[in-house]
Amino acid sequence: MDDELAISVRGLRKAYGDNVAVAGVDLDVHRGEVFALLGPNGAGKTTTVEILEGYRRRDAGEVTVLGVDPAQPDADWRSRVGIVLQGTGEFDELTVAEVIRHFSGFYPDADDPDKVIERVGLADKAKARTHTLSGGQKRRLDVALGIVGRPELLFLDEPTTGFDPEARREFWELIRDLAAAGTTIVLTTHYLDEAEALADRVGVIAGGRLVEVAAPNRLGNRQEALATVSWRTPEGTRESAQSATPTAFVADLAARYGGEVPGLTVTRPTLEDVYLTMIGHAR
Amino acid sequence: MTTTTKPATPVTATRGRRPGAGALALRQGRLEITQFLRSRESVVFTMGFPIIMILIFASIFDGTIGGGVKFTQYFITGMIATGLMTVSFQNLGIWIPIERDRGVLKRYRGTPMPKWVWFAGKVIMVVAIGIAETVLLLAVAVALFDLDLPGTAAKWFTFGWVAVLGVTACTLCGIAISSLARTARSGSAVVTPVALVLQFISGVFFVFTDLPTWMQQVAALFPLKWMCQGLRSVFLPESFGAQEPGGSFELGRVAVVLALWCVIGVVLCLTTFRWTTKRDG
Repeated sequence: MDDELAISVRGLRKAYGDNVAVAGVDLDVHRGEVFALLGPNGAGKTTTVEILEGYRRRDAGEVTVLGVDPAQPDADWRSRVGIVLQGTGEFDELTVAEVIRHFSGFYPDADDPDKVIERVGLADKAKARTHTLSGGQKRRLDVALGIVGRPELLFLDEPTTGFDPEARREFWELIRDLAAAGTTIVLTTHYLDEAEALADRVGVIAGGRLVEVAAPNRLGNRQEALATVSWRTPEGTRESAQSATPTAFVADLAARYGGEVPGLTVTRPTLEDVYLTMIGHAR
Repeated sequence: MTTTTKPATPVTATRGRRPGAGALALRQGRLEITQFLRSRESVVFTMGFPIIMILIFASIFDGTIGGGVKFTQYFITGMIATGLMTVSFQNLGIWIPIERDRGVLKRYRGTPMPKWVWFAGKVIMVVAIGIAETVLLLAVAVALFDLDLPGTAAKWFTFGWVAVLGVTACTLCGIAISSLARTARSGSAVVTPVALVLQFISGVFFVFTDLPTWMQQVAALFPLKWMCQGLRSVFLPESFGAQEPGGSFELGRVAVVLALWCVIGVVLCLTTFRWTTKRDG
Protein backbone atom coordinates (compact mmCIF):
# COMPACT_ATOMS: atom_id res chain seq x y z
CA MET A 1 0.00 0.00 0.00
CA ASP A 2 1.20 3.46 -0.91
CA ASP A 3 1.01 5.71 2.16
CA GLU A 4 0.75 8.80 0.02
CA LEU A 5 -2.49 7.64 -1.55
CA ALA A 6 -5.81 8.08 0.19
CA ILE A 7 -7.64 6.33 -2.63
CA SER A 8 -6.41 3.98 -5.33
CA VAL A 9 -8.76 2.59 -7.98
CA ARG A 10 -7.83 0.30 -10.87
CA GLY A 11 -10.21 -1.02 -13.52
CA LEU A 12 -13.39 -0.28 -11.55
CA ARG A 13 -16.54 -1.58 -13.20
CA LYS A 14 -20.16 -1.66 -12.12
CA ALA A 15 -23.28 -2.48 -14.08
CA TYR A 16 -26.94 -2.56 -13.09
CA GLY A 17 -28.33 -5.23 -15.37
CA ASP A 18 -27.54 -4.09 -18.92
CA ASN A 19 -26.83 -0.54 -17.84
CA VAL A 20 -23.09 -0.04 -17.35
CA ALA A 21 -22.71 2.72 -14.77
CA VAL A 22 -18.92 2.58 -14.35
CA ALA A 23 -16.92 1.22 -17.29
CA GLY A 24 -13.34 0.89 -16.15
CA VAL A 25 -12.17 3.75 -13.96
CA ASP A 26 -8.57 4.23 -12.80
CA LEU A 27 -8.05 6.89 -10.19
CA ASP A 28 -5.58 7.98 -7.51
CA VAL A 29 -6.34 10.55 -4.84
CA HIS A 30 -3.43 11.76 -2.73
CA ARG A 31 -3.61 12.41 0.96
CA GLY A 32 -4.48 15.98 1.76
CA GLU A 33 -5.82 16.59 -1.72
CA VAL A 34 -9.18 18.09 -2.69
CA PHE A 35 -10.39 16.04 -5.62
CA ALA A 36 -13.56 16.85 -7.59
CA LEU A 37 -15.43 14.37 -9.73
CA LEU A 38 -17.18 16.49 -12.30
CA GLY A 39 -19.77 15.15 -14.66
CA PRO A 40 -23.35 15.36 -15.85
CA ASN A 41 -26.19 13.51 -14.15
CA GLY A 42 -26.01 9.78 -14.82
CA ALA A 43 -22.29 9.88 -15.62
CA GLY A 44 -21.41 7.44 -12.84
CA LYS A 45 -20.29 9.91 -10.16
CA THR A 46 -22.51 8.66 -7.36
CA THR A 47 -22.00 4.99 -8.20
CA THR A 48 -18.22 5.48 -8.12
CA VAL A 49 -18.30 7.41 -4.87
CA GLU A 50 -20.70 4.98 -3.17
CA ILE A 51 -18.39 2.08 -4.05
CA LEU A 52 -15.54 4.01 -2.43
CA GLU A 53 -17.74 4.68 0.61
CA GLY A 54 -18.48 0.97 1.02
CA TYR A 55 -22.18 1.23 0.15
CA ARG A 56 -22.15 -0.57 -3.18
CA ARG A 57 -20.39 -3.68 -4.38
CA ARG A 58 -18.26 -3.46 -7.48
CA ASP A 59 -18.33 -5.95 -10.33
CA ALA A 60 -14.60 -5.76 -11.03
CA GLY A 61 -11.49 -3.79 -10.23
CA GLU A 62 -9.15 -3.11 -7.33
CA VAL A 63 -10.06 -0.45 -4.83
CA THR A 64 -8.35 0.69 -1.65
CA VAL A 65 -9.52 3.60 0.46
CA LEU A 66 -7.19 4.57 3.33
CA GLY A 67 -5.49 1.23 2.74
CA VAL A 68 -8.67 -0.80 3.18
CA ASP A 69 -10.93 -2.50 0.63
CA PRO A 70 -14.23 -0.62 1.11
CA ALA A 71 -16.18 -3.78 0.26
CA GLN A 72 -15.05 -5.01 3.70
CA PRO A 73 -15.54 -1.97 5.88
CA ASP A 74 -14.80 -2.27 9.59
CA ALA A 75 -15.63 0.11 12.41
CA ASP A 76 -12.12 1.55 12.57
CA TRP A 77 -12.17 2.39 8.86
CA ARG A 78 -15.66 3.84 9.17
CA SER A 79 -14.48 6.16 11.93
CA ARG A 80 -11.78 7.54 9.63
CA VAL A 81 -14.13 8.21 6.72
CA GLY A 82 -16.77 10.96 6.72
CA ILE A 83 -19.69 10.72 4.34
CA VAL A 84 -22.12 13.34 3.09
CA LEU A 85 -24.64 11.50 0.96
CA GLN A 86 -26.60 12.97 -1.89
CA GLY A 87 -30.01 12.32 -0.36
CA THR A 88 -30.59 13.54 3.16
CA GLY A 89 -31.45 11.04 5.86
CA GLU A 90 -33.88 12.99 7.95
CA PHE A 91 -34.68 12.71 11.62
CA ASP A 92 -37.87 14.73 11.63
CA GLU A 93 -38.60 14.35 15.33
CA LEU A 94 -35.17 15.40 16.62
CA THR A 95 -33.39 18.73 16.93
CA VAL A 96 -30.19 19.66 15.15
CA ALA A 97 -28.18 19.48 18.38
CA GLU A 98 -29.68 16.10 19.35
CA VAL A 99 -28.82 14.50 16.01
CA ILE A 100 -25.26 15.83 15.93
CA ARG A 101 -24.63 14.93 19.57
CA HIS A 102 -25.98 11.42 18.99
CA PHE A 103 -23.80 10.80 15.95
CA SER A 104 -20.72 12.20 17.66
CA GLY A 105 -21.09 9.33 20.13
CA PHE A 106 -20.32 6.78 17.42
CA TYR A 107 -16.79 8.11 16.88
CA PRO A 108 -13.78 7.49 19.09
CA ASP A 109 -12.23 10.87 18.33
CA ALA A 110 -15.29 13.04 17.75
CA ASP A 111 -15.27 16.79 17.56
CA ASP A 112 -17.22 18.87 20.08
CA PRO A 113 -20.85 18.85 18.78
CA ASP A 114 -21.41 22.52 19.65
CA LYS A 115 -18.27 23.48 17.77
CA VAL A 116 -19.42 21.52 14.73
CA ILE A 117 -22.86 23.19 14.82
CA GLU A 118 -21.15 26.58 14.97
CA ARG A 119 -18.83 25.65 12.15
CA VAL A 120 -21.54 24.69 9.66
CA GLY A 121 -23.48 27.83 10.57
CA LEU A 122 -26.43 26.22 12.36
CA ALA A 123 -25.85 27.76 15.79
CA ASP A 124 -29.15 29.65 15.78
CA LYS A 125 -30.97 26.49 14.62
CA ALA A 126 -29.42 24.13 17.19
CA LYS A 127 -32.69 23.67 19.08
CA ALA A 128 -34.92 23.49 15.98
CA ARG A 129 -36.51 20.21 14.89
CA THR A 130 -34.78 19.13 11.71
CA HIS A 131 -38.01 19.11 9.69
CA THR A 132 -38.26 22.88 10.13
CA LEU A 133 -34.93 23.50 8.38
CA SER A 134 -34.68 24.86 4.84
CA GLY A 135 -33.08 22.75 2.09
CA GLY A 136 -29.74 24.49 2.47
CA GLN A 137 -29.83 24.17 6.27
CA LYS A 138 -30.56 20.43 6.01
CA ARG A 139 -27.52 20.14 3.77
CA ARG A 140 -25.43 21.86 6.42
CA LEU A 141 -26.67 19.33 8.93
CA ASP A 142 -25.56 16.59 6.53
CA VAL A 143 -22.12 18.17 6.36
CA ALA A 144 -22.02 18.45 10.16
CA LEU A 145 -22.71 14.71 10.46
CA GLY A 146 -20.00 14.04 7.88
CA ILE A 147 -17.32 15.94 9.80
CA VAL A 148 -18.32 15.33 13.43
CA GLY A 149 -16.09 12.24 13.62
CA ARG A 150 -13.05 14.28 12.47
CA PRO A 151 -12.47 12.10 9.40
CA GLU A 152 -9.16 11.76 7.57
CA LEU A 153 -11.11 11.46 4.34
CA LEU A 154 -14.38 13.21 3.61
CA PHE A 155 -16.74 12.32 0.76
CA LEU A 156 -19.25 14.94 -0.34
CA ASP A 157 -21.81 13.94 -2.96
CA GLU A 158 -23.16 17.11 -4.61
CA PRO A 159 -22.90 19.01 -1.33
CA THR A 160 -24.14 22.45 -2.36
CA THR A 161 -27.33 21.49 -4.18
CA GLY A 162 -30.05 23.80 -2.86
CA PHE A 163 -27.64 26.43 -1.52
CA ASP A 164 -28.05 30.10 -2.31
CA PRO A 165 -24.88 31.83 -3.64
CA GLU A 166 -23.88 33.18 -0.24
CA ALA A 167 -24.29 29.81 1.46
CA ARG A 168 -22.18 28.24 -1.27
CA ARG A 169 -19.35 30.70 -0.64
CA GLU A 170 -19.51 29.96 3.09
CA PHE A 171 -19.51 26.26 2.37
CA TRP A 172 -16.46 26.61 0.14
CA GLU A 173 -14.69 28.37 2.99
CA LEU A 174 -15.49 25.46 5.27
CA ILE A 175 -14.10 22.97 2.73
CA ARG A 176 -10.90 25.02 2.30
CA ASP A 177 -10.64 25.14 6.06
CA LEU A 178 -10.94 21.36 6.37
CA ALA A 179 -8.45 20.86 3.54
CA ALA A 180 -6.00 23.25 5.23
CA ALA A 181 -6.24 21.08 8.35
CA GLY A 182 -5.11 18.05 6.32
CA THR A 183 -8.43 16.35 5.53
CA THR A 184 -8.51 14.62 2.18
CA ILE A 185 -11.68 15.62 0.34
CA VAL A 186 -13.46 13.93 -2.54
CA LEU A 187 -16.48 15.78 -3.83
CA THR A 188 -18.79 15.23 -6.75
CA THR A 189 -20.40 18.19 -8.41
CA HIS A 190 -21.93 19.29 -11.64
CA TYR A 191 -21.02 22.90 -10.97
CA LEU A 192 -17.90 23.89 -12.90
CA ASP A 193 -17.21 26.91 -10.73
CA GLU A 194 -17.32 24.72 -7.64
CA ALA A 195 -14.75 22.31 -9.05
CA GLU A 196 -12.59 25.24 -10.16
CA ALA A 197 -12.86 27.01 -6.81
CA LEU A 198 -12.16 24.04 -4.57
CA ALA A 199 -10.31 21.25 -6.29
CA ASP A 200 -6.59 20.66 -6.59
CA ARG A 201 -7.46 18.22 -9.36
CA VAL A 202 -10.64 17.55 -11.29
CA GLY A 203 -11.65 14.24 -12.80
CA VAL A 204 -14.18 14.61 -15.57
CA ILE A 205 -16.44 11.59 -15.70
CA ALA A 206 -18.86 10.88 -18.53
CA GLY A 207 -20.54 7.71 -19.67
CA GLY A 208 -18.96 5.75 -16.81
CA ARG A 209 -15.41 6.65 -17.88
CA LEU A 210 -12.90 9.10 -16.50
CA VAL A 211 -12.30 11.30 -19.53
CA GLU A 212 -9.52 13.37 -18.03
CA VAL A 213 -7.87 14.14 -14.72
CA ALA A 214 -6.06 17.46 -14.37
CA ALA A 215 -5.75 20.65 -12.36
CA PRO A 216 -8.77 22.83 -13.18
CA ASN A 217 -6.71 25.36 -15.16
CA ARG A 218 -5.05 22.62 -17.20
CA LEU A 219 -8.19 20.72 -18.07
CA GLY A 220 -8.39 19.96 -21.79
CA ASN A 221 -5.00 21.70 -22.26
CA ARG A 222 -6.89 24.90 -21.72
CA GLN A 223 -3.74 26.96 -21.22
CA GLU A 224 -2.20 25.81 -24.45
CA ALA A 225 -5.40 26.03 -26.45
CA LEU A 226 -5.50 28.28 -29.50
CA ALA A 227 -7.00 31.70 -28.97
CA THR A 228 -9.83 32.83 -31.16
CA VAL A 229 -9.43 36.33 -32.63
CA SER A 230 -12.61 37.83 -34.02
CA TRP A 231 -13.28 41.18 -35.68
CA ARG A 232 -15.62 42.95 -38.10
CA THR A 233 -14.61 43.44 -41.73
CA PRO A 234 -15.34 46.77 -43.51
CA GLU A 235 -18.14 44.92 -45.34
CA GLY A 236 -19.82 44.38 -41.97
CA THR A 237 -19.39 40.57 -41.78
CA ARG A 238 -17.69 38.92 -38.87
CA GLU A 239 -14.40 37.15 -39.40
CA SER A 240 -12.46 34.98 -36.95
CA ALA A 241 -9.21 33.07 -36.84
CA GLN A 242 -7.49 30.63 -34.50
CA SER A 243 -4.03 31.59 -33.43
CA ALA A 244 -1.29 30.32 -31.15
CA THR A 245 0.21 33.82 -31.11
CA PRO A 246 -2.79 36.11 -30.78
CA THR A 247 -0.73 39.19 -29.80
CA ALA A 248 1.26 39.11 -33.02
CA PHE A 249 -1.93 38.35 -34.94
CA VAL A 250 -3.68 41.40 -33.49
CA ALA A 251 -0.63 43.60 -34.16
CA ASP A 252 -0.81 42.44 -37.77
CA LEU A 253 -4.52 43.20 -37.94
CA ALA A 254 -3.97 46.65 -36.44
CA ALA A 255 -1.37 47.40 -39.09
CA ARG A 256 -3.78 46.21 -41.80
CA TYR A 257 -6.59 48.42 -40.52
CA GLY A 258 -4.24 51.29 -39.82
CA GLY A 259 -5.16 51.56 -36.14
CA GLU A 260 -8.34 50.47 -34.41
CA VAL A 261 -9.74 47.05 -35.43
CA PRO A 262 -13.54 47.17 -35.43
CA GLY A 263 -15.34 44.77 -33.01
CA LEU A 264 -12.11 43.06 -31.87
CA THR A 265 -12.30 40.17 -29.37
CA VAL A 266 -9.66 37.66 -28.28
CA THR A 267 -10.93 34.62 -26.34
CA ARG A 268 -9.65 31.33 -25.06
CA PRO A 269 -11.97 28.40 -24.33
CA THR A 270 -13.59 28.70 -20.90
CA LEU A 271 -13.64 25.76 -18.55
CA GLU A 272 -17.23 25.31 -19.60
CA ASP A 273 -16.30 25.11 -23.30
CA VAL A 274 -13.63 22.52 -22.53
CA TYR A 275 -15.97 20.54 -20.30
CA LEU A 276 -18.85 20.51 -22.76
CA THR A 277 -16.48 19.34 -25.53
CA MET A 278 -15.22 16.55 -23.28
CA ILE A 279 -18.55 15.19 -22.17
CA GLY A 280 -19.87 15.67 -25.69
CA HIS A 281 -17.16 13.34 -27.05
CA ALA A 282 -17.92 10.72 -24.43
CA ARG A 283 -21.58 10.49 -25.35
CA MET B 1 -20.07 29.28 9.01
CA THR B 2 -16.96 30.39 10.84
CA THR B 3 -13.49 29.94 9.55
CA THR B 4 -11.69 28.86 12.69
CA THR B 5 -9.14 26.25 11.71
CA LYS B 6 -9.10 23.07 13.69
CA PRO B 7 -5.74 21.74 14.79
CA ALA B 8 -4.23 19.63 12.04
CA THR B 9 -4.98 15.96 12.50
CA PRO B 10 -1.83 13.94 11.95
CA VAL B 11 -2.39 11.34 9.24
CA THR B 12 -1.68 8.50 11.64
CA ALA B 13 -3.55 9.92 14.60
CA THR B 14 -3.99 7.49 17.44
CA ARG B 15 -7.70 7.10 17.86
CA GLY B 16 -9.30 7.28 21.26
CA ARG B 17 -11.31 4.52 22.84
CA ARG B 18 -14.62 3.67 21.24
CA PRO B 19 -17.60 4.24 23.56
CA GLY B 20 -18.66 1.07 25.40
CA ALA B 21 -21.08 -1.25 23.64
CA GLY B 22 -23.69 -1.14 26.39
CA ALA B 23 -23.59 2.66 26.52
CA LEU B 24 -24.05 2.83 22.74
CA ALA B 25 -27.11 0.57 22.89
CA LEU B 26 -28.69 2.58 25.71
CA ARG B 27 -28.09 5.85 23.89
CA GLN B 28 -29.65 4.38 20.78
CA GLY B 29 -32.63 3.15 22.77
CA ARG B 30 -33.14 6.55 24.35
CA LEU B 31 -33.04 8.22 20.94
CA GLU B 32 -35.61 5.77 19.55
CA ILE B 33 -37.93 6.36 22.51
CA THR B 34 -37.60 10.13 22.09
CA GLN B 35 -38.43 9.84 18.40
CA PHE B 36 -41.40 7.60 19.14
CA LEU B 37 -42.86 9.84 21.84
CA ARG B 38 -42.47 12.95 19.67
CA SER B 39 -44.29 11.37 16.77
CA ARG B 40 -47.93 11.96 17.63
CA GLU B 41 -49.33 9.37 15.20
CA SER B 42 -47.23 6.61 16.74
CA VAL B 43 -48.25 7.47 20.26
CA VAL B 44 -51.96 7.73 19.48
CA PHE B 45 -52.07 4.69 17.23
CA THR B 46 -49.78 2.37 19.16
CA MET B 47 -50.59 3.33 22.73
CA GLY B 48 -54.17 4.41 22.23
CA PHE B 49 -55.55 1.62 20.06
CA PRO B 50 -55.67 -1.20 22.64
CA ILE B 51 -57.10 1.17 25.26
CA ILE B 52 -59.86 2.35 22.93
CA MET B 53 -60.59 -1.29 22.09
CA ILE B 54 -60.89 -2.35 25.73
CA LEU B 55 -63.17 0.64 26.40
CA ILE B 56 -65.44 -0.43 23.55
CA PHE B 57 -65.38 -4.14 24.29
CA ALA B 58 -65.84 -3.88 28.01
CA SER B 59 -68.75 -1.49 27.46
CA ILE B 60 -70.49 -3.74 24.93
CA PHE B 61 -69.92 -7.08 26.64
CA ASP B 62 -70.44 -6.29 30.29
CA GLY B 63 -71.74 -9.72 31.19
CA THR B 64 -69.96 -12.87 32.24
CA ILE B 65 -68.65 -15.83 30.26
CA GLY B 66 -69.73 -18.37 32.85
CA GLY B 67 -68.49 -19.29 36.31
CA GLY B 68 -68.94 -15.69 37.40
CA VAL B 69 -65.97 -14.61 35.28
CA LYS B 70 -66.40 -11.23 33.60
CA PHE B 71 -66.00 -10.79 29.85
CA THR B 72 -63.37 -8.13 30.58
CA GLN B 73 -61.25 -10.85 32.14
CA TYR B 74 -61.27 -12.71 28.82
CA PHE B 75 -60.86 -9.75 26.46
CA ILE B 76 -58.04 -8.13 28.43
CA THR B 77 -55.79 -11.00 27.33
CA GLY B 78 -56.49 -10.30 23.66
CA MET B 79 -55.99 -6.59 24.17
CA ILE B 80 -52.66 -7.06 25.95
CA ALA B 81 -51.48 -9.40 23.21
CA THR B 82 -52.70 -7.01 20.50
CA GLY B 83 -51.01 -4.10 22.23
CA LEU B 84 -47.71 -5.99 22.38
CA MET B 85 -48.03 -6.93 18.74
CA THR B 86 -48.87 -3.35 17.74
CA VAL B 87 -45.89 -1.85 19.53
CA SER B 88 -43.48 -4.40 18.09
CA PHE B 89 -44.68 -5.93 14.82
CA GLN B 90 -46.81 -3.08 13.43
CA ASN B 91 -44.73 -0.25 14.82
CA LEU B 92 -41.48 -1.57 13.34
CA GLY B 93 -43.05 -2.91 10.15
CA ILE B 94 -44.42 0.55 9.40
CA TRP B 95 -41.58 2.76 10.67
CA ILE B 96 -38.53 0.94 9.40
CA PRO B 97 -39.57 1.32 5.73
CA ILE B 98 -40.07 5.05 6.34
CA GLU B 99 -36.62 5.36 7.89
CA ARG B 100 -35.13 3.28 5.09
CA ASP B 101 -36.81 5.46 2.48
CA ARG B 102 -35.67 8.67 4.17
CA GLY B 103 -32.09 7.37 4.12
CA VAL B 104 -31.78 7.24 7.89
CA LEU B 105 -30.60 3.63 7.84
CA LYS B 106 -28.10 4.37 5.07
CA ARG B 107 -26.71 7.18 7.15
CA TYR B 108 -26.25 4.91 10.18
CA ARG B 109 -24.42 2.41 7.96
CA GLY B 110 -21.91 5.11 7.08
CA THR B 111 -20.84 5.49 10.72
CA PRO B 112 -18.70 3.17 12.84
CA MET B 113 -21.82 2.21 14.84
CA PRO B 114 -21.90 -1.59 15.13
CA LYS B 115 -24.97 -2.89 13.25
CA TRP B 116 -26.43 -4.61 16.30
CA VAL B 117 -26.61 -1.32 18.20
CA TRP B 118 -29.30 -0.09 15.86
CA PHE B 119 -31.35 -3.26 16.41
CA ALA B 120 -30.78 -2.99 20.15
CA GLY B 121 -32.12 0.54 20.07
CA LYS B 122 -35.32 -0.68 18.43
CA VAL B 123 -35.69 -3.51 20.97
CA ILE B 124 -35.20 -1.14 23.91
CA MET B 125 -37.83 1.18 22.47
CA VAL B 126 -40.29 -1.67 21.89
CA VAL B 127 -39.81 -3.07 25.40
CA ALA B 128 -40.14 0.32 27.10
CA ILE B 129 -43.23 1.34 25.14
CA GLY B 130 -44.68 -2.17 25.48
CA ILE B 131 -44.38 -2.08 29.27
CA ALA B 132 -45.82 1.43 29.51
CA GLU B 133 -48.71 0.53 27.26
CA THR B 134 -49.53 -2.72 29.10
CA VAL B 135 -49.44 -0.99 32.48
CA LEU B 136 -51.76 1.71 31.16
CA LEU B 137 -54.12 -0.90 29.74
CA LEU B 138 -54.25 -2.82 33.02
CA ALA B 139 -54.77 0.39 34.99
CA VAL B 140 -57.71 1.41 32.80
CA ALA B 141 -59.25 -2.06 33.01
CA VAL B 142 -58.84 -2.24 36.79
CA ALA B 143 -60.15 1.28 37.37
CA LEU B 144 -63.13 1.15 35.01
CA PHE B 145 -64.05 -2.49 34.59
CA ASP B 146 -63.05 -4.21 37.85
CA LEU B 147 -60.39 -6.36 36.24
CA ASP B 148 -58.91 -8.92 38.65
CA LEU B 149 -55.12 -8.89 38.42
CA PRO B 150 -53.24 -12.20 38.69
CA GLY B 151 -53.13 -13.30 42.32
CA THR B 152 -50.01 -15.45 42.50
CA ALA B 153 -46.33 -14.99 41.78
CA ALA B 154 -46.47 -17.99 39.42
CA LYS B 155 -49.11 -16.27 37.31
CA TRP B 156 -47.10 -13.05 37.15
CA PHE B 157 -44.11 -15.12 36.11
CA THR B 158 -46.13 -16.71 33.30
CA PHE B 159 -47.32 -13.24 32.31
CA GLY B 160 -43.69 -12.13 32.17
CA TRP B 161 -42.28 -14.89 30.00
CA VAL B 162 -45.24 -15.01 27.62
CA ALA B 163 -44.93 -11.25 27.11
CA VAL B 164 -41.15 -11.36 26.65
CA LEU B 165 -41.22 -14.28 24.19
CA GLY B 166 -44.19 -12.82 22.33
CA VAL B 167 -42.66 -9.36 22.02
CA THR B 168 -39.35 -10.84 20.91
CA ALA B 169 -41.01 -12.92 18.19
CA CYS B 170 -43.15 -9.99 17.01
CA THR B 171 -40.19 -7.58 17.05
CA LEU B 172 -38.09 -9.88 14.92
CA CYS B 173 -40.98 -10.51 12.52
CA GLY B 174 -41.66 -6.75 12.33
CA ILE B 175 -38.03 -6.08 11.38
CA ALA B 176 -38.18 -8.92 8.86
CA ILE B 177 -41.44 -7.83 7.23
CA SER B 178 -40.13 -4.25 6.94
CA SER B 179 -37.95 -5.44 4.06
CA LEU B 180 -41.03 -6.40 2.03
CA ALA B 181 -42.16 -2.79 1.73
CA ARG B 182 -40.57 -1.10 -1.28
CA THR B 183 -41.40 2.44 -0.27
CA ALA B 184 -42.12 4.38 2.89
CA ARG B 185 -45.84 4.41 2.27
CA SER B 186 -46.25 0.69 1.55
CA GLY B 187 -45.14 -0.32 5.07
CA SER B 188 -48.57 0.00 6.60
CA ALA B 189 -50.20 -1.60 3.54
CA VAL B 190 -48.04 -4.68 4.08
CA VAL B 191 -48.33 -4.89 7.85
CA THR B 192 -51.86 -3.76 8.69
CA PRO B 193 -53.78 -6.53 6.86
CA VAL B 194 -51.52 -9.20 8.37
CA ALA B 195 -52.07 -7.82 11.86
CA LEU B 196 -55.80 -7.39 11.38
CA VAL B 197 -56.37 -10.90 10.05
CA LEU B 198 -54.29 -12.38 12.85
CA GLN B 199 -56.31 -10.43 15.41
CA PHE B 200 -59.60 -11.76 14.01
CA ILE B 201 -58.53 -15.41 13.78
CA SER B 202 -56.50 -15.53 17.00
CA GLY B 203 -59.29 -14.84 19.47
CA VAL B 204 -58.66 -11.16 20.14
CA PHE B 205 -62.14 -9.95 19.18
CA PHE B 206 -64.05 -13.22 19.69
CA VAL B 207 -63.88 -16.12 22.06
CA PHE B 208 -61.30 -18.28 20.33
CA THR B 209 -63.19 -21.58 20.66
CA ASP B 210 -66.25 -19.99 18.99
CA LEU B 211 -64.26 -19.68 15.77
CA PRO B 212 -64.48 -22.35 13.02
CA THR B 213 -61.99 -25.16 13.59
CA TRP B 214 -60.05 -24.52 10.36
CA MET B 215 -59.59 -20.89 11.41
CA GLN B 216 -58.31 -21.99 14.79
CA GLN B 217 -55.84 -24.26 13.04
CA VAL B 218 -54.57 -21.46 10.77
CA ALA B 219 -54.23 -19.16 13.78
CA ALA B 220 -52.23 -21.83 15.61
CA LEU B 221 -49.45 -21.41 13.04
CA PHE B 222 -48.82 -17.81 14.17
CA PRO B 223 -47.60 -16.29 17.45
CA LEU B 224 -50.60 -14.13 18.37
CA LYS B 225 -52.91 -17.07 19.15
CA TRP B 226 -50.32 -18.49 21.53
CA MET B 227 -49.70 -15.14 23.20
CA CYS B 228 -53.45 -14.85 23.85
CA GLN B 229 -53.62 -18.42 25.13
CA GLY B 230 -50.67 -17.95 27.47
CA LEU B 231 -52.22 -14.76 28.81
CA ARG B 232 -55.58 -16.49 29.34
CA SER B 233 -53.82 -18.89 31.71
CA VAL B 234 -52.82 -15.78 33.69
CA PHE B 235 -56.15 -13.94 33.79
CA LEU B 236 -58.69 -16.80 33.82
CA PRO B 237 -59.27 -19.44 36.49
CA GLU B 238 -57.40 -22.74 36.16
CA SER B 239 -60.65 -24.56 35.32
CA PHE B 240 -61.06 -22.60 32.06
CA GLY B 241 -58.09 -24.48 30.64
CA ALA B 242 -60.39 -27.39 29.89
CA GLN B 243 -62.27 -25.23 27.36
CA GLU B 244 -59.13 -24.52 25.29
CA PRO B 245 -58.81 -26.45 22.00
CA GLY B 246 -56.02 -28.60 23.49
CA GLY B 247 -57.94 -29.30 26.70
CA SER B 248 -55.55 -27.16 28.75
CA PHE B 249 -53.63 -23.84 28.47
CA GLU B 250 -50.69 -25.87 27.04
CA LEU B 251 -48.04 -23.52 28.42
CA GLY B 252 -45.28 -25.83 27.17
CA ARG B 253 -46.56 -25.58 23.64
CA VAL B 254 -46.98 -21.78 24.00
CA ALA B 255 -43.28 -21.54 24.89
CA VAL B 256 -42.20 -23.82 22.04
CA VAL B 257 -44.22 -22.06 19.31
CA LEU B 258 -43.18 -18.57 20.43
CA ALA B 259 -39.53 -19.65 20.68
CA LEU B 260 -39.78 -21.17 17.21
CA TRP B 261 -41.08 -17.86 15.85
CA CYS B 262 -38.12 -16.11 17.47
CA VAL B 263 -35.80 -18.42 15.54
CA ILE B 264 -37.75 -17.90 12.29
CA GLY B 265 -37.63 -14.15 12.91
CA VAL B 266 -33.86 -14.12 13.45
CA VAL B 267 -33.28 -16.14 10.28
CA LEU B 268 -35.56 -13.85 8.25
CA CYS B 269 -33.86 -10.75 9.65
CA LEU B 270 -30.37 -12.02 8.91
CA THR B 271 -31.24 -13.11 5.37
CA THR B 272 -33.54 -10.33 4.21
CA PHE B 273 -32.72 -7.14 6.10
CA ARG B 274 -31.84 -4.19 3.86
CA TRP B 275 -30.20 -0.95 4.98
CA THR B 276 -30.95 0.78 1.70
CA THR B 277 -33.91 0.84 -0.66
CA LYS B 278 -33.88 -1.37 -3.78
CA ARG B 279 -33.35 1.58 -6.14
CA ASP B 280 -30.46 2.56 -3.94
CA GLY B 281 -28.39 -0.49 -4.81
